[in-house]
Amino acid sequence: MQKTEYKKFAQKHTPDSPMGKNLVWAFLVGGAICTLGQLLGDFFRSREMSTDAVSAAVSISLIFLSILLTGLDLYDGLAKHAGAGTLVPITGFANAVASPAIEFKTEGYILGVGAKMFVVAGPVITYGVISSVAAGILYYLFLM
Amino acid sequence: MSQTKRLGGQTVEFITRPTILGCGVVVGPKEAEGPLGEDFTCAETDPMLGQDSWEKAESMLFTKAVSECLKKSALSPGDVNYMIAGDLLNQCTASSFGLRTLGVPYLGIYGACSTMAEGLSIGAMLVDGGYASKVIAAAGSHFCSAEKQYRFPLEYGGQRPPGAQWTVTGCGAAAIGYGGNIKITHTTTGRIEDMGIRDANNMGAAMAPAFVSTVKAHFADTGRTPNDYDLIVSGDLGAVGREIAAELLDKEGFAFGDNYKDCGMMIFDSKKQDTHAGGSGCGCSASVLCGHILPKMEQKKISRLLFIATGALLSPTTTLQGESIPAIAHAVSMEI
Repeated sequence: MQKTEYKKFAQKHTPDSPMGKNLVWAFLVGGAICTLGQLLGDFFRSREMSTDAVSAAVSISLIFLSILLTGLDLYDGLAKHAGAGTLVPITGFANAVASPAIEFKTEGYILGVGAKMFVVAGPVITYGVISSVAAGILYYLFLM
Repeated sequence: MSQTKRLGGQTVEFITRPTILGCGVVVGPKEAEGPLGEDFTCAETDPMLGQDSWEKAESMLFTKAVSECLKKSALSPGDVNYMIAGDLLNQCTASSFGLRTLGVPYLGIYGACSTMAEGLSIGAMLVDGGYASKVIAAAGSHFCSAEKQYRFPLEYGGQRPPGAQWTVTGCGAAAIGYGGNIKITHTTTGRIEDMGIRDANNMGAAMAPAFVSTVKAHFADTGRTPNDYDLIVSGDLGAVGREIAAELLDKEGFAFGDNYKDCGMMIFDSKKQDTHAGGSGCGCSASVLCGHILPKMEQKKISRLLFIATGALLSPTTTLQGESIPAIAHAVSMEI
């Protein structure tokens, strides 16, 4: 059997991810996280915070909750079912930073926690910053 | 070199029939809750084994399994001529760190999840060749250290695809020498096979061709057929790899029936324990062989066994570089 033929043969025997179930879970959990964000926003607004302060406070609260659940060994259990529902919101990013920080504590605070903390989320930060710079330049050139 | 010990291209027949003197197995809590739980008499309730890192926990698995093996075989470290061991961690540190105080001449090996079969075959060759009277072969793995090295941090919220496997936390050790009941009769050393599979989450598909290649070589070299064995057991092909291997072997004209099982599918209840395609890791075949199969042979419930442990020889770096996965399988046949 040739390699290309084998790949097709192996693919036929490999079960696909349950797309329908994953979509429903992602919709429900992702939606619940966003609803929680909205409720937090409403609460902060009722405390007469400025719009800027409200968005910062909502992000900080969700990040705190995500890191707390990560530390309590609960976030990965939820994410196993929720998939993109827990990955896409800001909670997923917080989990991606907190989890290697916990894991690599055994290699010390400098080269373990400090260096490895961004091993999962690093690409998001790098390319996030690059695209922000690119967007800034385009804005400066064409819209200012 | 005596030519009579070699059969065909890849097989060695052990004329003097070295035997298994005793085994030691230590597994983690999830393995103890699985279908073979009752067979694992030394099960740890704490996945950290009282240590402060996953790597030290895995090393402790080796220390404990080998000490149990020495006890069961009524041997002291001074009786053992060679210790042959391997694991999945970089530089095989779990085995060398876990066994550093043992004081036995040590050979570290790497065959990924095929390590137990590799160790047994080298050990039997050393004994059969007259270079050693007693050898211990050991292999182990730890779910948490393997996740940390090969995949994501434990607390990272990700989803595993259905074809993925669950690394076994466990270590198996077997002492080889003369005077035991289970005789090691043949070993077929596998060739590296690479059929172009790149998905590190589908190691069953990557390893199945290596399994098939070694099975074919074993039967061609020895003149035996699948019916000559009460049990043919693959190491950790898992549900996906086993299905692929069975179909490939069927096409080659080897009818594997109910006497063909897979250690990766035996050790966990994949539905209840959420292990997807089954168990994997050096500790998978090592603990199932030493904790479940060999005791069954001692009880004469299995009289002839073909143990074929499979290994995916990838590294996290080769996966990132988009390389396909080379795989290997080594066979050891034993009889009572």
